[in-house]
Amino acid sequence: MSISYLEAIREAQSLALENDENVFIYGQDVGAFGGAFKATKNLFQKHPDRVIDSPISEDAMVGLAVGAAIEGMRPIIEMQFADFSSVGFNQIVNQAATLFWRTAVPCPITIRLPSGGTPGSGPFHSQCMETIYAHYPGTIVMTPATVEDAYSMLLEAIAIDDPVIFCEHKYLYYHLKSDSLPKQTLPAKSARIVRSGRHATVVTYSAMLHEALRAADNMKNDGYEIEIVDLRCIKPIDMSTVLGSIARTGRVLAIGEAFPWGGVTSEIISSISSEGFNLLDAPPVRLNSIDTPIPYHPDLWRYHRPTASSIEEELRKLIRE
Amino acid sequence: MANSADQNQELNEKLSTIAVDTYRWMVLARTFEDRISNIYRAGKIVGGVYVGKGQEAFSASLASQLMKGQDIYSPLIRDMAGRAAFGEPLIDAARTYLGSAQGPSVGRDGNVHRGNSREGMPTMISHLGAMISVVCGMLFARRLRKKLNNVVGAACIGDGATSTGAFHEALNMAAVEKLPLIISIANNQFAYSTPTDKQFACNELVDRAAGYGVNGININGTDLIECIKGFEKAISLARAGDGPQIVVGNLLRLSGHGEHDDAPYVSNEMRSSDLGQDCLLKAKNKIIGESWCTENECNEIQEQATAEVNAAIDQAESEKGPNPYSHDWNAYSSPSFRK
Repeated sequence: MSISYLEAIREAQSLALENDENVFIYGQDVGAFGGAFKATKNLFQKHPDRVIDSPISEDAMVGLAVGAAIEGMRPIIEMQFADFSSVGFNQIVNQAATLFWRTAVPCPITIRLPSGGTPGSGPFHSQCMETIYAHYPGTIVMTPATVEDAYSMLLEAIAIDDPVIFCEHKYLYYHLKSDSLPKQTLPAKSARIVRSGRHATVVTYSAMLHEALRAADNMKNDGYEIEIVDLRCIKPIDMSTVLGSIARTGRVLAIGEAFPWGGVTSEIISSISSEGFNLLDAPPVRLNSIDTPIPYHPDLWRYHRPTASSIEEELRKLIRE
Repeated sequence: MANSADQNQELNEKLSTIAVDTYRWMVLARTFEDRISNIYRAGKIVGGVYVGKGQEAFSASLASQLMKGQDIYSPLIRDMAGRAAFGEPLIDAARTYLGSAQGPSVGRDGNVHRGNSREGMPTMISHLGAMISVVCGMLFARRLRKKLNNVVGAACIGDGATSTGAFHEALNMAAVEKLPLIISIANNQFAYSTPTDKQFACNELVDRAAGYGVNGININGTDLIECIKGFEKAISLARAGDGPQIVVGNLLRLSGHGEHDDAPYVSNEMRSSDLGQDCLLKAKNKIIGESWCTENECNEIQEQATAEVNAAIDQAESEKGPNPYSHDWNAYSSPSFRK
């Protein structure tokens, strides 16, 4: 058996719909059509009352989810692309994220954001929005990088009594595959050491994990052992795992596909600088996309985001420090 | 003929009962808000005070005809009268304005930001247009659970919120889903200082209803009887499965946007127009004129309101505010994510 990252997301939703009548999916084209990426394929056929097409109204979609959550439901909102969630921004950060704090009524909603770049997608179908939503108190932001995590973390997201922004990476949808779905899983809030090493630590998440793994493979031939931490959840961040790794390596590179200004990588570097400065043998480094909108042309796009080769270049500089 | 006369008498009795009941909530709201304004002017309230003076008839006529414990009511910032009619305890309002730690928001939010969503009254955020889709979601959930039955949900906004994208998205969504939603629009002629001719270009706000494929009702929001009849029609149509209803009440806010605002932008001409008539005085004259209530009974309603307001304010004033050192500084609900 082989299951893709996208199929894992579909299976998790299928199981959640099966197990809990309070779960429903609401989004554009998610019904009979099965979603723009087919993340809800055949779910409408099994649960016609609870897999529902919405109008193109991201604000109202999230508002509806909050209202349904108040009534005890566990809605899953599919944004067609993460980029379009900006239209629902107010409902996410002001309504959903503050609801429990203001009223003591939980807000168990999951907002799925098909995130990140793919060749040819351009400025408005490629964004990574995790930083924006992580900024606000009350949100949990998950960024799964593996098929297993896409499955288990989505199930956990749906079960959690707080609003979860679930950033699933489109680049991983079809080509990332696993032999089976996980039986036992790590809690979503825990980071995972994916690869052990001693020369430097890479802290990353989502699709950048795979670029970092390729860079580490390349450097292994030269005798460099790179430790890689997959954050999995970027709000909250499991800093104890990050600091534990740096205690072993003394060097750190934080990598994110998102824009560089004020994001997950800067949060990581900031926390390391204040909480683990004494662990460092060299200044902490970070790598993000270039600070421009995301380009359409595949040659520009590959240059715009961090890749295995740009990560390797940064790591070699870091180790020489 | 006799049957018809009996029916008329029955309708008249029903109307008189609702009118007097609604008037009671109007008086309570005006009395409470006058008192809160005075406390604000004495510098004892931190944050804003937003009153519904001039809007009480429109506000209370909707809520007094909703089914408490069944229907959904999402108030506007000027809906003190509607809140009271829907069953909000007066002490909740007093505690929220006065910052009592025992209030529904335990000091985390103030003034009009209070509610009880488990009782069908969601707590508003300041972006009022955004509350409409929340009411849609509450109705939607009940329909999914096959518990919609006879429920209607009301979302109350002002003329200003009709210009937001959230209003458009939510109304369109409600229309597509044919939800039993009532959007009550208090057109009080100004969104803070901005007049309606800078807010919308249609002749009447209610004209928008046709564009969404929903029913619209336009009423004089200063006239209690017109308000009662307008909302009665909207509620019964929504309950009968006719989908969303828009009710526009044309009136004038007889106060500033908040008590910090003396509203110099409202012309004397407008103040002295029909829109500027005080709905409370008009309602009193009407119920006395129709012999639905005597002058003495009206005085008793006022005395009772004053006593209730005094008790609630005294109680809230005697209570402590929140303690930042022992406060629960957790924004998460899930135990595994709480500090």
